[in-house]
Amino acid sequence: MSDEPLLRVSALSKFYGSRIGCESVSFDLWPGEVLAVVGESGSGKTTLLNCLSTRLLPSSGTASYRMRDGQFRELYRMSEAERRFLMRTDWGFVHQNPADGLRMTVSAGANVGERLMAVGDRHYGKIRATAVDWLSRVEIDDDRIDDEPRAFSGGMRQRLQIARNLVTGPRLVFMDEPTGGLDVSVQARLLDLLRGLVTDLGLAAIVVTHDLAVARLLSQRMMVMKDGRVVESGLTDRVLDDPRAPYTQLLVSSILQV
Amino acid sequence: MTAQPTDIATYNFAYLDEQTKRMIRRAILKGIAIPGYQVPFASREMPMPYGWGTGGVQVTASIIGPDDVLKVIDQGADDTTNAVSIRAFFKKVANVAVTTETAKATIIQTRHRIPEHPLTAGQVLVYQVPIPEPLRFLEPRETETRKMHALEEYGLMHVKLYEDIARHGRIATTYAYPVKIEGRYVMDPSPTPKFDNPKMHRSPALQLFGAGREKRIYALPPFTDVVSLDFEDHPFEVQTFDQPCALCAAENVYLDEVILDDHGGHMFVCSDTDHCEKRREQGHRGHLAPETPPALEKTEPTQ
Repeated sequence: MSDEPLLRVSALSKFYGSRIGCESVSFDLWPGEVLAVVGESGSGKTTLLNCLSTRLLPSSGTASYRMRDGQFRELYRMSEAERRFLMRTDWGFVHQNPADGLRMTVSAGANVGERLMAVGDRHYGKIRATAVDWLSRVEIDDDRIDDEPRAFSGGMRQRLQIARNLVTGPRLVFMDEPTGGLDVSVQARLLDLLRGLVTDLGLAAIVVTHDLAVARLLSQRMMVMKDGRVVESGLTDRVLDDPRAPYTQLLVSSILQV
Repeated sequence: MTAQPTDIATYNFAYLDEQTKRMIRRAILKGIAIPGYQVPFASREMPMPYGWGTGGVQVTASIIGPDDVLKVIDQGADDTTNAVSIRAFFKKVANVAVTTETAKATIIQTRHRIPEHPLTAGQVLVYQVPIPEPLRFLEPRETETRKMHALEEYGLMHVKLYEDIARHGRIATTYAYPVKIEGRYVMDPSPTPKFDNPKMHRSPALQLFGAGREKRIYALPPFTDVVSLDFEDHPFEVQTFDQPCALCAAENVYLDEVILDDHGGHMFVCSDTDHCEKRREQGHRGHLAPETPPALEKTEPTQ
């Protein structure tokens, strides 16, 4: 790991009128680290994620990202062109609903190849070879490459979305409930796959989830949010095994035991 | 402007009022200043339905003067309903000279073809455009496509070409083939066959595009670089025809298929009727030309 963080977030707040989206959130994210943000619905997890990924502008606070040249750039001061370039090269965003992150009317191969073409790749054969490679890495058969994602199951769509995001070799991936809406066996395989990819590629990730098991499996560190504020943060195992804040204790004790 | 001494004297010269023409001319000038950029304009109701060339007619009405000579083509032909009607319209409301000869025209309004006869400096080609946004079928949101043009995010255009190759083994787009203008804006050349794309490149004529329903005007000043998008391993190429025109024997021109009977009989003839007629006047004969000497038919074996 590098001796400098990848992302520095300081006192980030987002208000919707007088309502709080999230308030004074600060943390550092290190290269290769997976940070889980957990909390109940409406606790501000998704607002925080959207602010960090610049899909939403915060009301106050700063976030700086270490670019590939080692320089920190403040996200909210970049031009829109730079931000969008960052989003399709160095970042990935995995939506809860794959239909939001995929182009449902073009083939799986084109979905994976889109980012390559967006950064100027103009060789069909190479784009296709890369697409085949990535589909196999997310366990989608070669012969599905020309099928539209509409013909895919929920789990396959989610894996396709992950391949589409990772094809440009991003360093930071945002995930919003990546396993939401999938049945447990498919969830397990997806988590296994994500864990493998994150480790192999040395990705840093911020995973928003309400599922503590997902957080436990994927992340090294976690933040617990309630009513827009961070109530507890620390190493995942510590937070889950020895919760200190009353809300975290409630959350951990609410897990259904089978 | 001077009123016409006819029974339609209540109409202004070239139908549109002068304020409207000035507004459209401003849009045209802006379009010329930023080649390939779609300029919004306040499209007017015209005495014809959308889809019949309301955009092209408004552009023509704004630039036409009493000394202009107008030619109108519809899919290359001067003698189809749309072409005849628009030509008659301007003859009536602007009292201009009309022609079917490409070389004699100063303004050519076209629906989906560029004449075979090379255009020269001083001529203006006005295209009728149904959907000006090349990214439309890939990205339905106008706010998003405008942003994509502004930020030069054109990866999506290649996704369409990628899909073509994945499905058909080659780029199967044959008309409305996307082009890049002066290395900047990606533009829809209107549904002309891609056969005509190379003619747009560095054309000495001014090219104006009007989309009435979509309320957009864009332009290519003379000698503008127009490059058709492609892949390194699937380069852009135009359609080729394996036989010459059945009437005038022309080669390397764009041909239309014409059905002759109910038994599968067909022939390929020039889509540009003016070009075809000119060649026949010069004595070129295709194998189905009506004036074929009967002697030729008798050479068939009689058994």
